[in-house]
Amino acid sequence: MTERYDAIVVGAGHNGLVCAGLLAKAGKKVLVLEARAEVGGAAVTRPFADGFSVSAGAHLLHQLQPRVMKALGVRIPLKSERMPTIALSQSGDHVFMDEQTAVGVSDQDAQAFTEFMEWSDTFAGFLNKQLMKPPPRLGSGSFNDTIKLARLGLDLRMLGKADMRDFLQLIGQNIYDELDARFESDLLKGAIALDAVTGTHTGPRSPGSMITWLYRLCTGGHVSQPAGGLGAVSDALAERAEALGVTIRTDTPVEGIVVDNGRVVGVDTAAGRFSSWKVISNADPKTTVFGLVGARHFESTFVRRVHHLRSKGNVAKLHVALDALPEISGLRPEDFGGRLLVAASAEAVERAFNPVKYGRCSSQPVFELSFPSVSDDSFAPAGKHVMSALVQFAPYDLAGGWSDVARADFHDAALRVLEETLPRLRDLVLHSELLTPVDLEAEFGMSGGHWHHGELGLDQFMFVRPVAGAAQYRMPLEGLYLCGAGTHPGGGVTGAPGYNAAQVILERERSR
Amino acid sequence: MTEVHQGRLETPFYGRFKAIDTLNEWHTWNGYTVCNSPYCADLEYFAIRNATAVFDLSPMNKYRITGPDAGAYLNRLVTRNVSVLGPGRVGYSVWCDNDGKVIDDGTIFHLDEGDYRVCAAGRHAAWFADAAIGFDVEIDDETADVAALAVQGPTSWSVLTRAGFEGLESLKPFGLVHMELGGRPVMVSRTGFTGDLGYELWMSPDDAGVIWDRIFEAGELTGIRAIGTDALELSRIEAGYLAPGLEFLPADETVRTGRSRSPFELGLDWLVDFTKPNFNGRRALAEEQRRGSTWRLVRLDIEGNKPAHNAYVFPRESRSRSDIGFVTSAAWSPVCKKNVALGTVRQPHGRPGTTLWVEIYYQREMHWQRKMARATVVEGPFWAPDRRRLTPPEPY
Amino acid sequence: MKKYDVVVVGAGHNGLTTAAFLAKAGLDVVCVEKNDYIGGAAVSRELHKDWIYSNCSYVCSLLRPEIFRSLELHKHGLQITPYGGSLTFMQNGDYFGSYHDPEVKYREMSRFSRRDADAYKHYAADTQRQCRFIRDFLLTTPPDPTSFHPRDLAGLLDIGKRFVDMGEDRMYETLRFWTMSVADYLNEYFETDVIKAALSGSGIIGTALGIHSPGTAYVLLHHYMGDVDGNVGAWGFARGGMGAVSNAIAGAFQANGGELRTESGVGHIRIRDGKVVGVALENGDEIDADTVVSAMDVKRMFLDCMDESDLPSHFVRKVKEFKIRGSSGKLNIALDGMPEFPALPKGSTLYSSDMHFVDSMERMERAYDDWTDGTWSQDPYIDMVMPTMNDPTMAPPGKHFMSCFVQYCPYEIDGRAWTDEERQQFADTVINQIANYSPNFKDLILHYEIRTPSDIESQIGITEGNIFHGELTMDQLLFNRPVPGYAQYRAPVSGLYMCGSSTHPGGGVMAAPGANAAREILKDLKYANTVPENFGDD
Repeated sequence: MTERYDAIVVGAGHNGLVCAGLLAKAGKKVLVLEARAEVGGAAVTRPFADGFSVSAGAHLLHQLQPRVMKALGVRIPLKSERMPTIALSQSGDHVFMDEQTAVGVSDQDAQAFTEFMEWSDTFAGFLNKQLMKPPPRLGSGSFNDTIKLARLGLDLRMLGKADMRDFLQLIGQNIYDELDARFESDLLKGAIALDAVTGTHTGPRSPGSMITWLYRLCTGGHVSQPAGGLGAVSDALAERAEALGVTIRTDTPVEGIVVDNGRVVGVDTAAGRFSSWKVISNADPKTTVFGLVGARHFESTFVRRVHHLRSKGNVAKLHVALDALPEISGLRPEDFGGRLLVAASAEAVERAFNPVKYGRCSSQPVFELSFPSVSDDSFAPAGKHVMSALVQFAPYDLAGGWSDVARADFHDAALRVLEETLPRLRDLVLHSELLTPVDLEAEFGMSGGHWHHGELGLDQFMFVRPVAGAAQYRMPLEGLYLCGAGTHPGGGVTGAPGYNAAQVILERERSR
Repeated sequence: MTEVHQGRLETPFYGRFKAIDTLNEWHTWNGYTVCNSPYCADLEYFAIRNATAVFDLSPMNKYRITGPDAGAYLNRLVTRNVSVLGPGRVGYSVWCDNDGKVIDDGTIFHLDEGDYRVCAAGRHAAWFADAAIGFDVEIDDETADVAALAVQGPTSWSVLTRAGFEGLESLKPFGLVHMELGGRPVMVSRTGFTGDLGYELWMSPDDAGVIWDRIFEAGELTGIRAIGTDALELSRIEAGYLAPGLEFLPADETVRTGRSRSPFELGLDWLVDFTKPNFNGRRALAEEQRRGSTWRLVRLDIEGNKPAHNAYVFPRESRSRSDIGFVTSAAWSPVCKKNVALGTVRQPHGRPGTTLWVEIYYQREMHWQRKMARATVVEGPFWAPDRRRLTPPEPY
Repeated sequence: MKKYDVVVVGAGHNGLTTAAFLAKAGLDVVCVEKNDYIGGAAVSRELHKDWIYSNCSYVCSLLRPEIFRSLELHKHGLQITPYGGSLTFMQNGDYFGSYHDPEVKYREMSRFSRRDADAYKHYAADTQRQCRFIRDFLLTTPPDPTSFHPRDLAGLLDIGKRFVDMGEDRMYETLRFWTMSVADYLNEYFETDVIKAALSGSGIIGTALGIHSPGTAYVLLHHYMGDVDGNVGAWGFARGGMGAVSNAIAGAFQANGGELRTESGVGHIRIRDGKVVGVALENGDEIDADTVVSAMDVKRMFLDCMDESDLPSHFVRKVKEFKIRGSSGKLNIALDGMPEFPALPKGSTLYSSDMHFVDSMERMERAYDDWTDGTWSQDPYIDMVMPTMNDPTMAPPGKHFMSCFVQYCPYEIDGRAWTDEERQQFADTVINQIANYSPNFKDLILHYEIRTPSDIESQIGITEGNIFHGELTMDQLLFNRPVPGYAQYRAPVSGLYMCGSSTHPGGGVMAAPGANAAREILKDLKYANTVPENFGDD
């Protein structure tokens, strides 16, 4: 049985859903195939203990792009919006931050923080302009690319001489030195340093950590929690896509993307073959090339690039069912509705990072915590709570492998270290679950368990994201596209890769 | 602990060459020391064209490709369709980089079902390994494990038969056969670099000496000679074959943009098969075919008798116009009595049958002279006797 | 009192180069030096009787041949001899050698991995491509990307054109190369740990970064783009030690009528009405000149020798933020004889090579972790050479001078000054690491000199003893070096110039910053240019 579609999207992650929805909106007959029983990929809410559920992959909404939402006509109800960030201190002298102000630091630091955020925003604004468009090709000689490059140059010039100079310099800088030059509070520096390197394989001293900081800001900078968790975002996108005419089939793993005579012709599943001249992979580039298509259909230079794509995750996810909220001096119960950071200083982040360079876990990991049950009672039984934590750093390729013992050890270490800041935490634990990068890979099918589907470093940025020769969402195989986090502008629940991929596909059709 | 060998390596035939060598002129080839010419390059050359010449090609790089994906792997690696190359057949091909530029040329021996050997001038362990990502293949570098001898010339078949290689009469050009000589396994292929009747023998280094002796015994009465690279080079130019480093540079080693060449630019269009599945360089080559190539390899028949080494090529006799290319290999062909050359010129120049001009530089008693000479672009090899293809070959 | 056309502050190789080209153009130039010897960090000093120490820089390859030729340095005693190879001792008793002869080098690599041996040519070609791209910019003044001045636009266009000429794929490769870590770069070519460890050293020498830090692939170029007689990537010794380089340039300077004054440290640069009017020496003397060129690093020049009030505040802030980190130290040793290295066969050519003792990527990176923790590496990366193997004149017959470049070594220990005890421990760390591979090494030591970054700072004057006068990271290269908007050798005060390694193209005994500065000064003073152009290569 062969059914023909205008486009088939492999994987119902949020980017896949965005892309499918936009293609359907343009009148295309679109099929989305999802291996798992539910849509959403790594933006999913699921139970992890009796009566407790959690956003199992991404746990906060940073960056869903308004243009994506507008184009699709989707609204995401939020339970808490613009969540404050709180850098926790063991002594109870926490630092409370929002997008402009920091409280709990010296006046000097408070002023420096406001200046720093304004300064950062200038460049984040420039980067923001680059999010919602496919990166141009370099040296293609095409009119279109030349215009896009000129536009990029113009955006840069529009910063003004002084800011442009600053920007050209800060691209290569590290966040550590910048923070050291500006602030005295270790806790404040630790918080910003952690945010700058979260989800990447870099420490605050690594050059390039400045750009990852700006990148985080450029997608909005504020954090919210959707009602019902991240899974609700995916559900809303899926619902909208279906309303636009997209067919979504869950429990239908794609066994392979079918290539015939040098072009994509469809996909094979246990339920048979689905035909289409266009297949859009929401999977990461490695899975797409090696798992779905097969290396032989690409040229070896390209395969080598994908092979060397740095995509080993360093973040573990910790889910804890709590009997009650922990009591932290200096923190009111409602403060648990914010985003809590545990990183004593920039050095602490650097030291937490060092071991992963050698395939070992941090002995003193650093954390980003959220307690979704504080603002949304759908996560836990009344009076009980859920804590979701990003635990850094835990390497994908742990020396000796992620045995049960290794997993238990890191799990214990994470809880023990957390307890230094969250007193009596372990006494409150009803159940807890640790997902290492290997587990994240298994659950979400992301190669290396990397939530950006590929390290967000300067060498895998824009023109060369995910790899040279595929930065425009088109793979070097006729009919094959990428729309996942591996592409520009990268991971996080932004919808931008899916949006851009849809634009590229539609633009190509129009130009024919 | 001893250090790795600090000098040049010796091939399995080194001792045999050393024994007959009178000139003591050697050079380095792929880390081995090989003879330029054991006694007289002119006479050695005529052994190729008149009788039987024996050349040591052991330094060639040899890679064994095995495993379930071996055929598919090779088919993605090279431009030619390997799937039509059955066991017992040999295919000449080139392999290209992502830009469709030639990395190297070489011969692919389909030894047995799914068991291949690739033989090439350059070293490719890294390129082959990179190309193997995603394939279930094993690649072994067996350069040092296989000794190889080229036995070329009009009497080569007779000599080999007399030496005990029976049944070679049915071996067609680009065929290979596994044989035994006194219990020693030898793979014989009807291949060569001379453009004449000839065979190549592939064996264990341990057997090399014995087999050499058997062949020379058998050929004693029919003028067999061991030859060096100088004589081979001359026959190579006459046959119009390409030499890496001269007619093209390995694309994976060129640093400057535009210094490498595509198969089309080397006149190897017949090796590029767009009907087969994806292969390295396919997209760029398809684009080049559509858009046209920049360079063209030309075989030049040049007036006069002065070899046009390193000559610039001009479209007209007047040098006032800028050059369009240069000569890459040149020689006076003793067998054709022609002044021949290979060169590279910018398209659209150099179509077969057209006339170009070369500026020849030559030295006569210290003084350098230069001379414009008319060069006719010819198609195909300068020397291609029917006997090279004749099966069975003529006996002597 | 005599008024000079130009005062050059600091008789290091760059200061002397600027001075020489200016003198050659006919200007009346005086070059003042704080020490009683010239050369800055390119010196030969007899620190132990009859032993000549190249006690700072110790090998030479980057010195631009255009400058050598233009200043006729051979007439002033400079002779550069290439030397072969490098060597990494392994903990398992083996070693990995990199031989001068390409075939032997190949064979040695094949001993570990045939694939790596073959991959080396890809690595070399790809790296050479980057070298070619950057080499042509060494003797040019970086354009200002924010400027609309025709000269800057032309400069940018030139860079753009060269970039585009590489072709699309190689443009992407270039973007990646400039932003990658040397470890990631090597991982794309090689599989053998010791080979990667051996090659990665060039990505971190003189740099306060680890091999896993993005941007370190670029640092490779500063060790690969040099050449000796056209052998790109080759390294050489200056006969008589590195001081021969400075002495030869000084010779050229004096032959063109220049005046050299040692023991004349500059106290401050004199400014009047926003214009430079000369310098005041530490001894109280003043020298008048309308043009002052400083070869000092920018921190020392602007923060120590000038009043902040004479400079724009954002400039001062940028100078303060300029990263110039002490990350390497030295141990210079006089030896009574040739040390034995049992792992290395007798008679090996590798005895005269660069020797190293760190055989894995992890050990390389861990050495950096120690530095970030505020101390010297307990298992340091040592680049050890014995120049006397090639130049016997530097020590008595049969005796040797050994130069150990040690990384990482911080400027301060945990934010405070080094104690004498710690300096000694640092030396012991180095000596013990070598002695692990050479049983008689300790017995041969006659004398040694310990050079922590703070020693280098106090003797040579370079802030934090940073050998490159500032990190060679992306944010401090080309038009960003030393300060965005001030990368064209002109300081923000009329008549004041920079010519040291803090400026483009950065450190190493290259003399290119000095030459580029001279060209800009001659342009401003409307003198005919004496600075040579790139030889070019196509």
